[in-house]
Amino acid sequence: MNAVLERTWRDAPGFVGALCAIDHKTIGKRYIVTAFAFFLAAGLLAALMRLQLARPESTLIGPDRYNQLFTTHGTAMMFLFAVPVMQGMAVYLVPLMVGARAIAFPRMTAFSYWVYLFGGVFLFAALLVDMGPDAGWFSYVPLAGPEYTPSKRADIWAQMITFSELSGLLVAVAVIATVFKLRAPGMTLARLPLLIWAMLVTSFMILFAMPAVMLASTALILDRLVDTHFYDPGEGGDALLWQHLFWFFAHPEVYFVFIPALGFMSAIIPTFARRPIYGYPAIVLSLIATGFLSFGLWVHHMFATHIPELGKSFFTAASMMIAIPGAVHIFCWIATLWRGRVSFATPMLFSLAFFILLLAGGLTGIMVASVPLDLQLHDTYFVVAHLHYVLIGGAVFPLFGAWYYWFPKVTGRLMSERLGQWQFALFFIGFELAFYPMHHLGLQGMPRRVYTYPEQMGWGPLNLVSSAGAAVIALSVLIFIVNAVSSYRRSAAAPDNPWGASTLEWATASPPPAYNFEQQPVVRAGEPLWEPIDEPPAEPTRVTGLAERTREVLVTTVLDAMPSHRLAYPGPSPWPFASAIALTVFFIGSIFTPWAVVWGGIPVAITVTLWFWPRRAESEANLAIEKRP
Amino acid sequence: MRFQDVLHSAGPQARHIEALWWLMLVVCTAVFIAVLAAVIWALLRAPRGGPATRPDLSSLAQPERNTHIVVVAAVAVSTVLLVALTLASFFTDRALARLGPPALVIEVTGHRWWWEIRYAGFTTANELHIPVGKPVLVKLKGDDVIHSFWVPNLSGKKDLIPGRDATLTLRADQAGTYRGQCAEFCGAQHAKMAFLVIADPPERYDAWAAAQREPALASVDRRGRDVFMQRGCATCHAVRGGGAAGDSAPDLTHVASRQTLAAGSVPNTIGHLAGWILDPQGIKPGANMPTTPMRPEELHALLAYLGALK
Repeated sequence: MNAVLERTWRDAPGFVGALCAIDHKTIGKRYIVTAFAFFLAAGLLAALMRLQLARPESTLIGPDRYNQLFTTHGTAMMFLFAVPVMQGMAVYLVPLMVGARAIAFPRMTAFSYWVYLFGGVFLFAALLVDMGPDAGWFSYVPLAGPEYTPSKRADIWAQMITFSELSGLLVAVAVIATVFKLRAPGMTLARLPLLIWAMLVTSFMILFAMPAVMLASTALILDRLVDTHFYDPGEGGDALLWQHLFWFFAHPEVYFVFIPALGFMSAIIPTFARRPIYGYPAIVLSLIATGFLSFGLWVHHMFATHIPELGKSFFTAASMMIAIPGAVHIFCWIATLWRGRVSFATPMLFSLAFFILLLAGGLTGIMVASVPLDLQLHDTYFVVAHLHYVLIGGAVFPLFGAWYYWFPKVTGRLMSERLGQWQFALFFIGFELAFYPMHHLGLQGMPRRVYTYPEQMGWGPLNLVSSAGAAVIALSVLIFIVNAVSSYRRSAAAPDNPWGASTLEWATASPPPAYNFEQQPVVRAGEPLWEPIDEPPAEPTRVTGLAERTREVLVTTVLDAMPSHRLAYPGPSPWPFASAIALTVFFIGSIFTPWAVVWGGIPVAITVTLWFWPRRAESEANLAIEKRP
Repeated sequence: MRFQDVLHSAGPQARHIEALWWLMLVVCTAVFIAVLAAVIWALLRAPRGGPATRPDLSSLAQPERNTHIVVVAAVAVSTVLLVALTLASFFTDRALARLGPPALVIEVTGHRWWWEIRYAGFTTANELHIPVGKPVLVKLKGDDVIHSFWVPNLSGKKDLIPGRDATLTLRADQAGTYRGQCAEFCGAQHAKMAFLVIADPPERYDAWAAAQREPALASVDRRGRDVFMQRGCATCHAVRGGGAAGDSAPDLTHVASRQTLAAGSVPNTIGHLAGWILDPQGIKPGANMPTTPMRPEELHALLAYLGALK
């Protein structure tokens, strides 16, 4: 460990230091742990729903409470768990994997975390005081409009969206800037690890998709708060407009979750097959194709509305087409395994489950992509099954795999393989029990979002099986928590590269020091830790000459990662936290009165101004460094 | 009984879709098995390794030509299958659009949480009667929030969106009773917004329609009618020929001829009717029907009155 660099780069200790922290590893861990907490909370809501649905005509939970439960479950799983956890993984891993000292725009990243945290706590606090949103995670108007949801519930939903849009957009910008400008020299785009490609594609998608929902939810808030009529058909508005704007965002949103998971798979499989991934260019193109195509599918959520049939057919074709890049991924992974030397460590087990679950979810996705078939399956439990196969099988399983895979890097401790295998087995069995029967329930006519069902419908037994499956999932998640906590406390110290992987994050210590790499590596191959450098290198293998006593990073060019210039890097600051507080007051206040937009804007302006206020000492120091490193 | 089931089609619309379902299921299952077999085969044939195993970098030096061919072929086969399924979907879509000119037009309006059903000359609720073998055009209107009209045994669903009228055509080829249910989340009682479609032979249907077209019997018990008019029922409900003309709740002109109450929540028996009048919020929390406390003799008279509205 380099004590000088450590002193330069670490965040200040103590409570105040924690509020000012900007280290991407700290923020990434916060994102991941917070998202996991929201995952537990939203999972608990799902368990309550399964309790209610376990038998017909149950009166355990009434409709009002049930509708809040399923709305908050969906909203929290998508907006507070799935997307942020992937972004948190990106915040932690991207700088390490591209061999950077730190993330681009660290204060903004810190700010995004606080905004995300406050938005999430706000949603669950509302649920606890019986003000939880109850119009579904899709919040269709007119149901969520001023006339049919006169309480504040829909405003809380819409404003929570504002929080998560903002934090999502900020992280996307930070990730894109880090990937494009802070890569280690020599890491050309053609040598970018596939996970980084996945995070890059996702971040661009966030940039293009989020504005749609931002517009939609702002118009909803305006309809509710100041009586505009964007969605009111009686006044010339249009209820269907909401659906277009919402799904234009929310369909790509599924891929914000799925594409990083593809990246995890492409990181884990080569490591445990002991060979480079097969078909790197095909996979990169597939990731990009998936990103593009995912913007052309949104109408398949609206097949039951009376959009012209020919238009719907186009979206059927587009929805079918997105299976092709998925197929390319699967075949390339099989080809990687085919000639590999495979080991079945826990991360690999979770990755292999992906083949079964995502494949099943993808194939049911082909079914619901067809207009006529979707008219029967849409809004039934068949779709509930489909989406959980895709999201849990296609994203949460690889995510658990990723947690087992990178846990030693993040904490410096190995996780128990035995508990990992138990968790995997229970999660897989519980998942199949919980979600497989839902396919049949949907075909038997059970609609989604019902708080109860009559006994004579005959849906009781399958629902009971499904609820039992939910209990098994809960047990498996409990084992994961036990494993993580006990491993963190007592398990054996992890070596730098416990899996023998090939990417740069394994080249530094576990856990990585505040400065990530003592000297930034120079990348000379696609698999930097695997490919030996035989002939004496004409170029240096390490970056030298960066300041050690002040924060300085090397900026490289976008395509070839050639060194471009040195950049003075900002230090910790209390203002991101203060700005997030001011913004939270502004957002929450504006639910209750439009005047909060006026008065709440003042503290936001003050904190943000102070955040960017130039300080003479800082500027002079930067200038001095620029002249004489 | 499978009276709300996608795979028990009783009309051409649902039958076309069911055929498409079986085609998709067969193709997708075959693909599922083939891909998983390839994964399992790959895992079985690959030698075991571990973190210390030297990574095999040979693929970087020379391309794996045979693997290339197999992977490209697999992607090509997937694409061909996808195109085939897309075409199958399009042809099914076309078949659905060719039901022929309707013999009957019914207007359905979705309300929170019941179905208003208008025929030429009369209005009923939560129960459609249709003649077997004749195409029926259902006009769908949204009144408050979005609902979705769905009778899986007969046809796919269609949304009722305020401000955007839609239509649906269906035909029942087998006489019988089919259940439908609102399929778009519409608030507190989305779960209890069902309806029945009763497909009868044409002559029975005609008899039913003729009976429905008649106003309510004039000779009914006057005391019950007075309770109905005085205790607020008539504010929302209509009884054609009985003096009540409310229009924000189901038309009760022939309520006793219907099989269920409260949009399929409970069977239409005298006991359930009494329970529904006295404690609607217990049966359907959040419904717009207010709790109406009554003296026993009032309730008796009201039940006798409503029970006579056949």
